Amino acid sequence: MSKFPKLLVSAALVATLATPALAEKLGIGRAAMPEEIAAWDVNVLPDGRGLPEGSMSVLDGEAVFIDNCASCHGDFAEGLDNWPALAGGRGTLRDERPVKTVGSYWPYLSTVWDYVNRSMPFGGAQTLETDEVYGIVAYILYSEGLVDDDFVLSNENFTEVRLPNEDGFYVDDRVEVEFPVFATEPCMENCKDAVEITRKASDLNVTPTDDAGRPLSTIPDVTAGAEAPEEVVVAAVTPEEPPSATEGPDPELVAEGEKLFRQCKSCHELGEGARSRTGPHLNDVFGRVAGTVEGFRYSKPMVAAGEAGLVWTEETVAEFLADPRGYMKGTRMSFRGLKSDDDIAAMNAYLKSATE
Amino acid sequence: MSDTPKFPNTSRRGFLKAAAGGAAAAATAGQAAAGTPDPAITEVQPWAQGFGDGVDAVPYGMPIEHEAHVVRRNVDWLTADVISSINFTPIHALEGTITPQGCAFERHHSGAIEMTKQDYRLMINGLVDQPLVFTYADLERFPRTVATFFCECAANSGMEWGGAQLQGAQFTHGMIHNMEYTGVSLRTLLNETGIKPEGKWIYVEGADASSNGRSIPLEKALDDVLVAFFANGEALRKEHGYPVRLVVPGWEGNLWVKWLRRIEVTDMPTESREETSKYTDLMPDGRARKWTWEMDAKSVITSPSPQAPVRHGPGPMVITGLAWSGRGAITGVDVSLDGGQNWREARLAAPGEQKALTRFYLDHVWDGSEMLLQARARDETGYVQPTKDQLREIRGRNSVYHNNGIQTWWVKANGEAENVEVS
Repeated sequence: MSKFPKLLVSAALVATLATPALAEKLGIGRAAMPEEIAAWDVNVLPDGRGLPEGSMSVLDGEAVFIDNCASCHGDFAEGLDNWPALAGGRGTLRDERPVKTVGSYWPYLSTVWDYVNRSMPFGGAQTLETDEVYGIVAYILYSEGLVDDDFVLSNENFTEVRLPNEDGFYVDDRVEVEFPVFATEPCMENCKDAVEITRKASDLNVTPTDDAGRPLSTIPDVTAGAEAPEEVVVAAVTPEEPPSATEGPDPELVAEGEKLFRQCKSCHELGEGARSRTGPHLNDVFGRVAGTVEGFRYSKPMVAAGEAGLVWTEETVAEFLADPRGYMKGTRMSFRGLKSDDDIAAMNAYLKSATE
Repeated sequence: MSDTPKFPNTSRRGFLKAAAGGAAAAATAGQAAAGTPDPAITEVQPWAQGFGDGVDAVPYGMPIEHEAHVVRRNVDWLTADVISSINFTPIHALEGTITPQGCAFERHHSGAIEMTKQDYRLMINGLVDQPLVFTYADLERFPRTVATFFCECAANSGMEWGGAQLQGAQFTHGMIHNMEYTGVSLRTLLNETGIKPEGKWIYVEGADASSNGRSIPLEKALDDVLVAFFANGEALRKEHGYPVRLVVPGWEGNLWVKWLRRIEVTDMPTESREETSKYTDLMPDGRARKWTWEMDAKSVITSPSPQAPVRHGPGPMVITGLAWSGRGAITGVDVSLDGGQNWREARLAAPGEQKALTRFYLDHVWDGSEMLLQARARDETGYVQPTKDQLREIRGRNSVYHNNGIQTWWVKANGEAENVEVS
């Protein structure tokens, strides 16, 4: 792959000057053990190499998909909110707004299997069983209309499935196609007759701005006599009474909980104006009957638990967060749980403080 | 101010005339007005009487609070959440060429993870003579290299394909940083494992939950790729991959895997999610370019710009910006004040370096009339940075990545600047 033989040579010369010459091995490091390689070397190649033994049907895959993927990607892989659609969009790649999905764009099924296996579900990567990965991939194929509902995907038949856009890619040809156009003697004078403004960003007005309407991070005016820039508001450090047990939660614990809540934020909103997104909003969660936020589509077990009398309290939230899927088998929440009792206490403190 | 400004042909004579008038007009700010002495000088200031902070007041310093605007920013409508997302370097407010780690843009696919050096392992396996595992302490024993490179996200300026959209160099061009790395040449590590003759590619992946992985041809792996653990003289910051990241000079940032945990020598590319469904460039015929690794020559004027308006009025001013090329060194930058009708060669702060940012200046005397500022980079291959329309003619508007078209800032008579496109 020597697309730029001349450049590679010049880069190599420069590198030689800066890099220590080396031919002898230094004997640093140790041999990787087969078990270690097996644990980490799980990527799957387009020809199917790397696939482990396993299988699942479309129908069983649908159930796994609903539980693990649908909260972001939708029951039919159509994508919710800003989360990606996984199916649909075929025939749109020349459109003004192309829809790039497994069916319309991805070239290799191995990529889907590999990505689901290693990186999904979001927030709970590497928690799926091998068979479940086959099931999810089978269901995505079914959603795209590429297989029938009685299809079973396995390592045996995997490479027989080809994606529609496999031939839709070609190797970078910028050097052949674009260089001859761009790499010319640049014009320096009278390069065009007239210049007119054709587009203005102010017509769209989508840049994040400050209170004065300026783009965020605009440099303050420091010319002498200019109005002093607005004071940066730093949280006032006023000595306070140490918190007592009767006066609400420990602020340090709340702060710790707020940090931990970052991992929840991609699905759960909390505070003023919070609404349900891929997870239900968490305002006034304490005292709420499980599975009852209006308009949110819960898993069946969550609704059933609420009907059976489950109410979210500090105790039940703690038990749920310690091991969500153990506590509520079949929950759609892909979060793997908080590691320690301290973290759970902090999260409880934060949830309490933020909803009061 | 009219929406159809005229842009006078800025001849040399024009500049000299402007210089003569501008010098007088500029004599205002910071100087005695109407013979009143400046109290900043005549009055004893508190800092000249009492003490400042003692040593150790801040064991590891942050910038002074008056620079609080110099921070990374994100654009929340760009991504579904902040865990798999990106933010932007405040390039409009930085100078020189080195990007401080603390405000260098971040791109995470599963958040910035916390890992200790003690827990760090790097495995090299696949088509090698001897698969090996290195600890962090092992990596520290290999001969080291120091070199400065830019890292640019392939999607930098990607929001501008459809037309001028975001106000500010930070938002249009801020998915870039430039750091001095210390690390071990990947060639050195691959020499330790040996490579079987069938080995043609490497696959590199990170330790975070996204396990972001990319395929790189062996020629590149053996050329200038670094396994880095220091940046700008200090350990990598958490958000830049502490303790170890890959540095792939000149190539798109997605290949610069953070929290690097494994390198596999393979006989074919893995075709991972990040090199098929993402980081491929959709073309007008509905097919897509793949393996578009190199970042083509590009430049942007960082000041003046929408977040860095001209506050001093007419007279001498500094027009400055950054230029870079993933295919080698920048050989020159031209600046236009009239939307590309006429160009002048800018002054490079230092000769262009391989695959690193170059700072350029145009020391200009502004006559106070509107300007349409543009910069145009040239690199050692003879490539000249194209206009956005030249790119669109070939690539259409849906390729998302690799938008290196010429940027235009409309500087108005009051010194405010706006992101525009011109004919």
